[in-house]
Amino acid sequence: MKYFFTIVFSFLLLISFGNTIIVGPAQPIRSLKKAIEAARNKDTILILSGIYKEGSIIVTKSLTLIGEKNTVLDGEKKYEILLISGNNVVVKGMQFRNSGYSAMNDFASIKLVDCNNVTLENNTVIHSYFAIHISNTTNAIIRGNKITGIPTSEQLTGNGIHLWKSNNAVIENNHIQGHRDGIYFEFVTQSQIRNNLSEKNIRYGLHFMFSNDDNYLDNTFRNNGAGVAVMYSKRVRMEKNHFEENWGASAYGILLKDITDSHITFNTFLKNTVGVHMEGSSRIEIQKNSFRNNGWAIKVQASCDDNVFHHNNFTGNSFDVGTNGTMVLNKFYNNYWDKYDGYDMNKDGIGDIAYHPVSMYSMIIEQNPTTLMLFRSFMVSLLDKAEKAIPSLTPQNLLDDKPMMKILKL
Amino acid sequence: MLKLSRYVLYDILRNKIVIAYTLFLFIVSFSMFRMEENSSKAILSLLNIVLIVLPLISLIFTTIHYYNSYEFIELMLSQPLSRTRILLSEFGGVCISLLSAFWIGVGVPVLLFSADETGFALLFTGTALTIVFTSIAFLASVRSKDKARGIGFALLLWFYFALIYDGLVLLILFAFSDYPMEKFTLLLSALNPIDLGRIFIMLKMDISALMGYTGALYKDFFGSGKGVLFTTVIMLLWATIPLWLAIRSFRRKDM
Repeated sequence: MKYFFTIVFSFLLLISFGNTIIVGPAQPIRSLKKAIEAARNKDTILILSGIYKEGSIIVTKSLTLIGEKNTVLDGEKKYEILLISGNNVVVKGMQFRNSGYSAMNDFASIKLVDCNNVTLENNTVIHSYFAIHISNTTNAIIRGNKITGIPTSEQLTGNGIHLWKSNNAVIENNHIQGHRDGIYFEFVTQSQIRNNLSEKNIRYGLHFMFSNDDNYLDNTFRNNGAGVAVMYSKRVRMEKNHFEENWGASAYGILLKDITDSHITFNTFLKNTVGVHMEGSSRIEIQKNSFRNNGWAIKVQASCDDNVFHHNNFTGNSFDVGTNGTMVLNKFYNNYWDKYDGYDMNKDGIGDIAYHPVSMYSMIIEQNPTTLMLFRSFMVSLLDKAEKAIPSLTPQNLLDDKPMMKILKL
Repeated sequence: MLKLSRYVLYDILRNKIVIAYTLFLFIVSFSMFRMEENSSKAILSLLNIVLIVLPLISLIFTTIHYYNSYEFIELMLSQPLSRTRILLSEFGGVCISLLSAFWIGVGVPVLLFSADETGFALLFTGTALTIVFTSIAFLASVRSKDKARGIGFALLLWFYFALIYDGLVLLILFAFSDYPMEKFTLLLSALNPIDLGRIFIMLKMDISALMGYTGALYKDFFGSGKGVLFTTVIMLLWATIPLWLAIRSFRRKDM
């Protein structure tokens, strides 16, 4: 029965979507360029295994390009490989390598300009300047691609998946490593980023600017030069992501700069120098996240307001919360802090005395980073205890007045 | 010399203080590992024991032991034995007893519950600090004839290394905060064995926080093989120089 349907559907597809042109080293048509020239809208081009060195290939028709396991398009380090500008284009299962490098242009292995409904699926891109570069495109689907760059320096490496002025894009199940920014969004709206793994990029795993109403879910950002940056955006939803091992003086799990009305839920922040760094952000709800073994779980600059932190777990962090002033316009409640040493007399699971997550020493380090040398020394713990009894440096109203006694199940 | 050390060791074991110390360490470490749900938090509590209690006990125990066995030392001096050998065997005996107390009391629980990098760093630091402070205590007690003064001096040294030194460092770091102090803090850390040991453990424990700028420098330095060598050499210097000074003044001393 299943086969029957498959056959019928393939047949229907064939009649409704046009012809199939086969390109291959042993076929009548050996060049992909020629095949594209010969094709009409809705045709499918099947590209058999082989290495194709054809310079820049331009697609302006509605075509489906399907590669075999060893179909390689080689840019010989000189050309932009595939340039798409049209509607309803599908590129599937091909390998792109050695795209050109240019200091003037953003050369990419696959470049989409002014497109509509384009799907890039299960492709492999290696050793590219930019891997996938998309601008002014609606409904792009980037799925299951494997992108590997050679990390050199920020100037010599482009972004893995780069989107500019697009909307309704879906980016899922991709694996990106060794680029400048793993995924780059600028002026991209109403888009989804799901299930991607972005690691070992030179700068950010995900870089997000002026992009409103986007969601990113279930992604893993690991060991990137500076973690993830989300800037100047509104209504962003971040859920179930993992931010891991982003280490460095200015590396953050997430850097939130001028973000408003957003949600950060069910994420895991593990072993980052700073889990969440917030600057000039308002009305963000941060709940049900797990912060484990970070240097600082959260750094909230005094320029943030109306953010709410609740039902998060803070365990094994060197510092729970850091801040740079005494002004506090954010709220903390019902979080679990492993450093909390209060009591619960009425046994309702909520501590009876408030927890101050900002330790005195984190304020001192904020002012003078070299004093990190004295961290965990006897004197510093004395200072912390003294500060707890008679607060002077730490912000008095930055507190969790209903801390949980037991770790929350998330 | 070994024979003499053995007598010292027997003598120490007979007065049971070391056994009590061993039990104390063992109960504390064991209960910490059982109480805390994750072992890294227990290690954190043990860190304070190793950095504060261990030097204190080493200093006090050694000075008291020295003054208590003053007559024994005098008796030995009447024998055809060199003064260097007598002091070294005293040092050896005290050191071995304190070290075995530490290894049984802290080493066994750590190996049982948290035999990872942090655990080993803790054991290394504890061992080094025990030797260093025993050696410092010998210097303090050989230098002063009066028991009260000797113990007082030892306590003062403990205060200095555990507390006052860090205060001074904080003062210096704030006074010169406009200058690049990162490399200088490396030097500062070498001037106090407790700080050196603490940073050595911290590199394993708070690696994420330490990856800030200053931390990256530490990581590059202490995290590499060079850093382990540096820590070991500095600790050895801290152990041998006071001991050598103690032996020098012991040889010239009019008993």
